[in-house]
Amino acid sequence: MTTTVLDPTAEQRLAMRERTDRPESLSGLTVGLLDISKPRGDVFLDRVEERLCALGATVARYAKPTFTKPAPVDLRYEIATQCDAVIEALAD
Amino acid sequence: MLEGTTRPSDEVVALVPPNLVGCTVEKVAVNAVMAGCRPEYLPVVLAAVEAICTDEFNMHGVLATTMSVGPILVVNGPIAANIGMNSGINVLGHGNRANSTIGRAVQLVVRNIGGGAPGGIDRATLGHVGKQGFCFAEDEAGSPWNSLAEERGFDRSQSTVTAFCGEGPNLVMDQLSRSPESLTRSLAASLRSAVSPRVVLGMDGMLVISPEHMARYRDAGWDRSRFLAELTECLMFDTDRIVAGADGIEEGLPPELAGHHLPKFRPGGLLVVHAGGLAGLFSAIIGGWKNGPGGSDPVTREITP
Repeated sequence: MTTTVLDPTAEQRLAMRERTDRPESLSGLTVGLLDISKPRGDVFLDRVEERLCALGATVARYAKPTFTKPAPVDLRYEIATQCDAVIEALAD
Repeated sequence: MLEGTTRPSDEVVALVPPNLVGCTVEKVAVNAVMAGCRPEYLPVVLAAVEAICTDEFNMHGVLATTMSVGPILVVNGPIAANIGMNSGINVLGHGNRANSTIGRAVQLVVRNIGGGAPGGIDRATLGHVGKQGFCFAEDEAGSPWNSLAEERGFDRSQSTVTAFCGEGPNLVMDQLSRSPESLTRSLAASLRSAVSPRVVLGMDGMLVISPEHMARYRDAGWDRSRFLAELTECLMFDTDRIVAGADGIEEGLPPELAGHHLPKFRPGGLLVVHAGGLAGLFSAIIGGWKNGPGGSDPVTREITP
């Protein structure tokens, strides 16, 4: 008698990707700051921007429409094509 | 299990968050078996999966929030009795196979298919026991009011499931009110604290009215719209009293919102359901989560064979 076992999962395999190398220096790089739109996240990111600019980085600011949903694909593409690195901030 | 539906086993029911994986009828059925469902429950599970996987319900956000919320499923229409769902004694508790397993099957789909596991995308600080699965039926036959599904635009002959993003139920005790006015004020007093007594408009709620409480409204001839109108009047807040810092409490509305008169719930933001055992002067409040396009809206889907 043959027993068939059904898989309750999505049967997906994780795609493994190498992380981008950590930059030696931020000087001259464009760093994206993604505000997830939680209250006071901008306060934190304003300070991070000051610190990054002092290190010679160019800062580009972005914001999710709402913190309750993933960043839209277009926004992620925009960040990926415009920035060398990105910092996402959560704050309350 | 697949004999419970006429839908093809390879039909994609929804893209299940958070991984947005296409989920077939067969995959839902496998999880329904694991949950302990009978085949006749499968159409309810399928409709519920469709409901929670909409952009309006926002299952990704419901998982990712640190608040203690999950899908609360309310079944309306003929299918509830046909599959033996409980809308009476212990309606929000255990002891009924359909109530216990339909919600569980939906949660297993989210976890097994969508990848929404606690500690992963599910970041709830505390969670609640209803996240094991929370599904019940409205007592339509015993209610003098139109049903939740009718209120949401469906016909009484249709079977539906409504998904609401909510926390665990809280008991409201009122054993002395004999007039609808008194009971409404009493329910409102408890509803003011839903989620937080300092939250207005931003979060929805659900009120489960028991038969003995409903009798006050039945006897007085109040319909649902009269009740909601009177309740809304009792749920107005002077924002001066709930801004940050008022009464020495730092939690609250931004100070610039002082001087306003605001309702607890947005229009349509309180879902009212009739259910529970015939004896007992109690109702229940289920607090919600951030509402609207930036959060989660209740979603009702018709249950089809």
